[in-house]
Amino acid sequence: MRNLFSRTLQTTIVFLIAAGIIALALGGYFGPVSGAFSRGLVNLQAWFSSRFVAVQDMLTAPRDVASLRERNAELEAEVAELQAQVIQLQQQVGETEILAALVDFSRANPENTYLAAAVIGRDPSPFLHYVIINRGSNDEIRRGMPVVTNQGLVGRVDAVIADAARVQLITDPASNVNVRLQNAETEASLVGSVTGDLSLELIPQDITIEGGDLVLTSGLGGGYPSDLIVGQVMNTRTRESDLFQQATVQPVVDFNRLQIVLIIVNFTPVDISPLFPSP
Amino acid sequence: MRHLIAIPIIILSVQLQLSIVSRVSLLSGVADLPLVLLAAWALQDGVETAWHWALAAGLLVGFVSAIPVFVPLISYLFVVLIAQLLQRRVWQTPLLAMFVVSLIGTIFLYLFSLVTLSLFGISLPVSESLGLFALPGMLLNLLLAIPMFAIMRDLARWVYPLPEFE
Repeated sequence: MRNLFSRTLQTTIVFLIAAGIIALALGGYFGPVSGAFSRGLVNLQAWFSSRFVAVQDMLTAPRDVASLRERNAELEAEVAELQAQVIQLQQQVGETEILAALVDFSRANPENTYLAAAVIGRDPSPFLHYVIINRGSNDEIRRGMPVVTNQGLVGRVDAVIADAARVQLITDPASNVNVRLQNAETEASLVGSVTGDLSLELIPQDITIEGGDLVLTSGLGGGYPSDLIVGQVMNTRTRESDLFQQATVQPVVDFNRLQIVLIIVNFTPVDISPLFPSP
Repeated sequence: MRHLIAIPIIILSVQLQLSIVSRVSLLSGVADLPLVLLAAWALQDGVETAWHWALAAGLLVGFVSAIPVFVPLISYLFVVLIAQLLQRRVWQTPLLAMFVVSLIGTIFLYLFSLVTLSLFGISLPVSESLGLFALPGMLLNLLLAIPMFAIMRDLARWVYPLPEFE
């Protein structure tokens, strides 16, 4: 009995020492040693991720050929339509350039600076929509920085360690983004859900929304820069008994196939929580 | 010193969970590799460090996940508890015990996650969560249970070699 207790105590001490070393290393206290160790772990994680994506692509590619051809035909038709629109828009460019020059005077924020990062993992909990990226505080990544792709808004950095960070996607049930509808010229709140669907809330009843309306970040609250594309309105739900109407949004980003993201590193989120009265 | 094999194995299981297992979903449910690993480890004969493994895995998953750290920690400790209770009762059929522990552990983890996230103000529809997440997750964990049990049995024999009789 005494021997068993002694061995358990010995094992507990060994585990505690190991856990302590890992915690100190993740906290950045071991400098180059912990940097090399965490880089090794992140590289291993990236290796697993890239191998898995390669295998997944190989397995799914033949099945996608038919749908890709169909999609190609659709896109060609869309290109023809867009070319007609381009001619029309070119006429408006002259006017817009003058207006843009005026707006530039009032713009306080400089152009965004981006840092690319690879998605190397997803949150273990299926209820939460977070991804892990291979950039961290060593790359000047800070909590709250917005994350985008070339298509649109992805989310924002939620937690950071030396060589990795966790990004909360806009589809997460706890995510809340202030947005505006481009055509309706109204503001609303975009919330995620456990199933990954996006919905617009707090839209005034007197506003007319149509399917296809573009949803952009409004910049209100200081959490995100303004005018990042989020998605398009799919359909609306209006009930006379409700104070506000709701709408579902189709995101422009395919969150299931996120591989590379861009972090806007020159945006500093504003913490407005001190402005709210504490209960 | 063989006990220290726990550290690379737990780190590897969490890395595989993040990079591969979390991306292979059935409906919206995903398997939980560390949970199945712990269940398989705790059910092996002679294993004395299952509680330490649960503690380490729970803290690591809690660290990388956005879910509160106590959810995986308590869930994994609960899995070890169930495994050790069952091991004494149905020791003749370890694979059956493995299935039962995986099943109960998964249900506990999902229900505990649901309750915790609800308390944190994240609204989760219960029926949708059970149908889309918990049931497929349970099925995937059961599929992982058989190979994981075999791997952990071999590992347990390496860490705790059987006494040689002359």
